[in-house]
Amino acid sequence: MTVVKETVGIRQSGIGVSAVRPDAQEKVKGDFIFSSDLSSEGMLWGQTLRSPHASAKILSIDISDALSISGVHAVLTADDVPGENIFGLERADQPVLADDFIRYAGEPVAIVAADHPEVARKAADAIRVEYEIFSPLIDSYAAITAEAIHPEGNVIRHLNILHGDTEVVGDVVVEGEYEVGMQDQAFMGTESGMAIPSPDGSINLQISTQWLHSDQEQVATALNMPMEMVRVTLAGVGGAFGGREDVSMHVHLCMLALHTGKPVKMIYDRNESFLGHVHRHPARIWYRHHASSEGLLVKVEAKVILDGGAYASTTSAVLANACCFSIGPYSVPNASVEGWGVRTNNPPCGAMRGFGNVQTCFGVEAQMDKLAKELSLDPVEFRLANALKSGDTIITGQKITGTAPVREVLMSLANHPLPEPPSDNILERPGGTGRTTDGSHVKRGVGFAASIKNLMFSEGFDDFSEARCIVNDGFIAIQTACVEVGQGFVTLVHQIVQEILGIEKVDILPADTSIGSAGSTSASRQSWMSGGAVMKACEAVVDSLISDLSNEQGITFERIGTVLVAPDGSASIPVTDALQGRNYDETVVHRHAPTVPLDKNGQGDAHVSFAFAAHRAVVDVDEELGLVRVVEIATSQDVGRVLNPIQARGQIEGGITQGLGLAILEEIVLVDGKIQNANFTDYLLPTAMDTPTIEIAALIEEPEPNAPFGAKGIGEPPVISSTPAVVAAIRDATGLDLNRVPIRPEDIALG
Amino acid sequence: MDKDKRSTGYSLSVNDTSHEISKSWLGESLLYVLREKLGLYGSKNACEQGECGSCSVLMDGVLVCSCLVLAANATGRDIKTIESISDDDSLTDVQKAFVDAGAIQCGFCTPGLLITIHDFLETNPEPNVLEIREAISGNLCRCTGYGRIVEAVQIVSKQKSVGQGGSDDSS
Repeated sequence: MTVVKETVGIRQSGIGVSAVRPDAQEKVKGDFIFSSDLSSEGMLWGQTLRSPHASAKILSIDISDALSISGVHAVLTADDVPGENIFGLERADQPVLADDFIRYAGEPVAIVAADHPEVARKAADAIRVEYEIFSPLIDSYAAITAEAIHPEGNVIRHLNILHGDTEVVGDVVVEGEYEVGMQDQAFMGTESGMAIPSPDGSINLQISTQWLHSDQEQVATALNMPMEMVRVTLAGVGGAFGGREDVSMHVHLCMLALHTGKPVKMIYDRNESFLGHVHRHPARIWYRHHASSEGLLVKVEAKVILDGGAYASTTSAVLANACCFSIGPYSVPNASVEGWGVRTNNPPCGAMRGFGNVQTCFGVEAQMDKLAKELSLDPVEFRLANALKSGDTIITGQKITGTAPVREVLMSLANHPLPEPPSDNILERPGGTGRTTDGSHVKRGVGFAASIKNLMFSEGFDDFSEARCIVNDGFIAIQTACVEVGQGFVTLVHQIVQEILGIEKVDILPADTSIGSAGSTSASRQSWMSGGAVMKACEAVVDSLISDLSNEQGITFERIGTVLVAPDGSASIPVTDALQGRNYDETVVHRHAPTVPLDKNGQGDAHVSFAFAAHRAVVDVDEELGLVRVVEIATSQDVGRVLNPIQARGQIEGGITQGLGLAILEEIVLVDGKIQNANFTDYLLPTAMDTPTIEIAALIEEPEPNAPFGAKGIGEPPVISSTPAVVAAIRDATGLDLNRVPIRPEDIALG
Repeated sequence: MDKDKRSTGYSLSVNDTSHEISKSWLGESLLYVLREKLGLYGSKNACEQGECGSCSVLMDGVLVCSCLVLAANATGRDIKTIESISDDDSLTDVQKAFVDAGAIQCGFCTPGLLITIHDFLETNPEPNVLEIREAISGNLCRCTGYGRIVEAVQIVSKQKSVGQGGSDDSS
């Protein structure tokens, strides 16, 4: 094992160096073209009319007034959807435009194209829709048995995991109920894009997304067009975090463009963005933990309800994660876990960074602290005694064959020095520059939490990525359909080409559907999947080069680093030199090891690889005012190998900040299924003042077998256990139970 | 909106160039006109209610959210956008520090932050970390957690300090 603090590479390029983003210069000059910056001669502006009701029947739609407004080019409803009026990421269950029933407040009903965005908005307002309004189903527990709100029923998935002896009882038993509120991805660049019709009847969709080929398939079905007639090209993405995995405006834009014969651009404003994408599932969780008097986990019982909102999106997979990893990064011989992902008339929920693991991690880490307290053990020692390791079996019966340095993660973090005691500077106390506290009721707390995350797609999904490497007389281009959302895949492409071919200058071709799918930029999977595909495409070029040299010179070279060497050492040539004057074009598909679906008892080798992290939060809490200042969050993370230290740090700092947001700030507030705070005045994102210094205690580099370059995905672990660590620290300061996130000031002040 | 109001014209001085804005609806924000009429897409539209700072510009040298300014009201003012802060082939010290420090991920908040930080360092060239955090707290970033952004400002501040023979203690 190597523990590194801030890897400082002596190499200038390739894997492991802090290479600079290739798009950095464009981004600092304001020249980078995001999807909202697209423009075309004669383009129209699109606008969506959405239902204000969470549950209703559409009785009539009158578009005549809207159509009569000067500058309006089209007003379309469900009747105008050319193909199947249905889409969905995992299963098609959501109408493109509502045709009979409304199932959530914000559901699209009609779309407009006009020559000015304000005209389009005015026209949308002029559409008259008559609704019969029903009482919405908003309680996720009641939804399990309530009258179905959708033809497919209310239970999207019911999952049981039964492992070992489910009847056994421990010496010490602790129980708890926990709740997680609805978090928003709140990417800075709202949904936006442009559809451009072609004279041949085909359509070009330029859009900010996470998965081009999934979009293409859903759009083609709704438009009743062959896949090849729908070309999807990635437009600059202003963040994603799971919220762009589902189709939003895609079909609407194409319908308006095909109908009018003109390019149509659409930008959701922030309010509409909250209505236009899925959110993190709110969760209700019950746990009963059993331990031996010596401090070993004996059994975990859990029940989990995820509120999927009106449509399925990725609820099935989110529920699987929530349940499979409900015991945390610990070894537990016996478990009984039951989960439901249900439909309600709340806004649809789906992918958000951490994907199910976030919800149960909040509960299980509270339980671990409770057990430690009950056993009079140090929380870290208790976790260490129960930590998973390679070769252990998780509650789904799967043996961990890869690395699992949970102990190393925990110990390196526990050994990291604590920050300075509270400062006298009033600006550094809770309330900050608001100067609200007098300091007399401020208490400091320290909290600790750890997490497990599955990497890539699970449960038998055929998960692959395609990459193409084109060499033209020493110049090189790489093509994939991998979506860059800001995570830095484009940097990694350069580093991989440098590592294998030794070529510094690389052209990255636009990500579009002219090449095979790269899968989604989600599940911490693209470094492994599309990074692996790019690596293999480069290696395929080297193989072809070696074959050509063998035919020409009778020497079968081997690649050592970026140099070709004869087996007897008699000749060598850098790959870059050998490629001069030659042309290659290699396309490869990369797959990870296959997985299988979970059986009826929730057993099976359903996951590919696991990554671990731990977080320690230090907070100052004003008990009287209920205000929290997070002083510091320290972390250790299992990364396999650091591919780019500065980008790794960026992922970790950004992810932890989102976890902090869920702990004390961020929640979509619903009343009768309607979002009350669909804006940045009322939905509170962490600012630079809310965000503490983030200390990386250690990045544990134990190369993962079968992972390209030994690297594990690093995007999601930072967001998972940072939330329970902050909450544990507030509990430590206040002595309160705090079983719901986000924690609000009144939970502390009135607790 | 009435057709005749769309034809109202006015002039705007943006990045030392005078632009005649015609066929404009008087309700258009400065952000909208910069982006959609003048093609200056560097100023970003993330919240359009003055909360996120993505649309920050300088108006007569004062930092403003261009989403909250009526374009027609900005006539006669000197407007500077992200497109004006460096020449074609060069980067300012802050832009360079952003690149080197890894302060950019998706980049959507970046132009607004750069305008804010340039303005801030004019008035406080050697800020401490708390002052930096407070100065950029009107600019939301969802990707980075702000750590590398604060680092970038510290890099510039240290460079300025060394350049002027001052202390390099910026903590």
